[in-house]
Amino acid sequence: MASDIPVLEIRNLHAGIDDTPILRGIELEIPAGEIHAIMGRNGSGKTTTANIIMGHPDFEVTDGGVQLDGENLLDMEPWERARAGVFLSFQYPQAVPGLQVGNFLRKSVAAIRGEDEAKGAEFRKKLKDSMTELDIDRSFLGRYVNDGFSGGEKKRFEILQLMLLQPKLAILDETDSGLDIDGIRTVAKGINAAVRGTDSGALIITHYSRILEHVQPDRVHVLIKGRIVKSGGPELALELEERGYEWLEEAEKSA
Amino acid sequence: MVGRSGKIRLIEKGMVRNMAAKEAREAVGEYKAGWHDPENATIRFDFGLSEQVVRDISALKNEPDWMTEIRVKAFHHFENRPMPTWGNMSMLEEIDFDSICYYLRSSDATEKDWEDVPENIRDTFDKLGIPEAEQKWLSGVTAQYESEAVYHSIREDLEQQGVIFLDMDSGLKEYPELVKKWFCSVVPFQDNKFSALNTAVWSGGSFIYVPKGVHVEMPVQAYFRINAKNMGQFERTLIIADEGSSIHYVEGCTAPTYSTDSLHSAVVELIALPGAHIRYSTVQNWSANVYNLVTKRGIAHENAKIEWVDGNIGSKLTMKYPAVILKGEGSHAEVISVAYSGKGQHQDAGAKIHHLASNTTSKILSKSISKDGGRGSYRGMVSVSPKAENCKLNVVCDALILDDGSRSDTYPTMEVANPSARCEHEASVSKVSDEQVFYLMSRGHSEEEALAMIVNGFFEPFTRELPMEYAVELNKLMALEMEGSIG
Repeated sequence: MASDIPVLEIRNLHAGIDDTPILRGIELEIPAGEIHAIMGRNGSGKTTTANIIMGHPDFEVTDGGVQLDGENLLDMEPWERARAGVFLSFQYPQAVPGLQVGNFLRKSVAAIRGEDEAKGAEFRKKLKDSMTELDIDRSFLGRYVNDGFSGGEKKRFEILQLMLLQPKLAILDETDSGLDIDGIRTVAKGINAAVRGTDSGALIITHYSRILEHVQPDRVHVLIKGRIVKSGGPELALELEERGYEWLEEAEKSA
Repeated sequence: MVGRSGKIRLIEKGMVRNMAAKEAREAVGEYKAGWHDPENATIRFDFGLSEQVVRDISALKNEPDWMTEIRVKAFHHFENRPMPTWGNMSMLEEIDFDSICYYLRSSDATEKDWEDVPENIRDTFDKLGIPEAEQKWLSGVTAQYESEAVYHSIREDLEQQGVIFLDMDSGLKEYPELVKKWFCSVVPFQDNKFSALNTAVWSGGSFIYVPKGVHVEMPVQAYFRINAKNMGQFERTLIIADEGSSIHYVEGCTAPTYSTDSLHSAVVELIALPGAHIRYSTVQNWSANVYNLVTKRGIAHENAKIEWVDGNIGSKLTMKYPAVILKGEGSHAEVISVAYSGKGQHQDAGAKIHHLASNTTSKILSKSISKDGGRGSYRGMVSVSPKAENCKLNVVCDALILDDGSRSDTYPTMEVANPSARCEHEASVSKVSDEQVFYLMSRGHSEEEALAMIVNGFFEPFTRELPMEYAVELNKLMALEMEGSIG
């Protein structure tokens, strides 16, 4: 689908929590088929950006807009956003004791992609293939959602959901943290498979460039104190790796 | 909030699925099984209780003298026994024993053929889907409507194996010696005020005897339903599993909605002889004006096993603590219970286990949920006698609180008089976290669906123990309870 409408468009986004401003005018555009990265230190507003796109009720948007495929997201409830095509891979996925993984996956696919997509041989095959690709054992389906999962298992499970839910926009919040190098490779494979060659887009949130060695981003944005202060190609991630963030913070101060 | 207008609730103990939607909407209203038929009593005693009423009930049933005498003694004990000083005293004080009808019979005989049951009673049970359920998968059904069992059947193969499954009144008529031997042997009428009341005025309930070595493979089931207002229901159930036998008994309860309170006060006695296994499952969903004050207790002989699986969703006040006396060496007890307390409800539930013999083991798992200002209490007692060596006890009680005005309390007691016992106790109280709900919402589930997923997950260790059909319906029931809970 050759469309000029970006998958994600954020304009002048101001938001905060309990009257404390966190985001101060974010501008961001992700065209279809592209993977972008947001990098920044802890506390720069990366996770807040992810939460606001998904609709976390704790945050208040004070100005600006967020659109998915030209559709205003901010008026929607979180589950409506999910059904519209937003997916968030959580930094800290929540445990739900007693809720079986297999059951949860089926219900989630049914909620987002429709009942028909969640049954039959095709679904089972997709599930099996995705689990193989992510190196997840079959017995996983009988466990409870994120209950007693290791850090690596949680991240793999997030990517498994990504692969099954096939969103328009995948936001990956610190997906590389808690993963060893094999884990990062596996997860990167999943992200590439979900976005490359499709009409979807992805936003990778990270403060290391590690994952970006395996998922080549089209654009890298640096977030400082709630504003994107610099954007560039993949080489910007390497530059940050070498030089850190100080030079940009200095520039921001003097600006 | 339960029962938003405009929502059709077809699920009642998993059975009300045949009703047309319109009919259901008209009939059911707020409580899902809350329709009621015009009262159709053939014989109804005046309200209130006296020795004469007790004697009349017994005479009407042509009971042997010994039963009449137990009834009368129990009545006097009931009169003199003060109310319990625990549980929910203020709710208990509201019970007006003089405005309750203690005996109501709506059909003259227990029918063996469903078609012979009077039509309006049949309608009620059809709405509950009982014959259908029976055809599908149950070994036997006793449906109790008001005080007498009106319909009863059992599969022929079980009869051929010598299994007795009768309503309690028929049991007394046909097997008086067996009943006399075991009646009040596990729960004496002096046990508590409500066991005394039940013994005085009991009607109906199930009588089951499983002969030596016989295994009843499918669950047998009974339904209880209160239809008239101010009606007390006092069923009495006695299950004897002879040596090496096994049985799973399933009980479901419903009551229509009335503005005045009803009293349900049952007594259940289980006897598991050496090597026998009894599992007794209940999913109770009384409407919100029913006092549910029940005494359930079993005795386990050598290497026998008794399990109570007990789900309490409805009622105004439930006070129920399924108990097991581990009398024989190597016997085992399990009590798995869940309680859901909504608006205006108090579920005071738990378990009691007494380890009287060596090498006995027990496990209690209690799960309670409170919502909309409801109150859930776990009240448990586990004891080990001085002579009982090497006993193992495990108690886990978890509470989940869904909103700020709701309440959960835990009253665990352990009396361990033998130092060789190994005791484990875990308790947790949790609240549903916003982050959990947000996580599930981000996967396309509405806030209500997310809550239902969390609640069903919390109940999973319980539903796992239920027959499949019950488990599925309990999940649906809980999903319905979550409707309209967001605000």
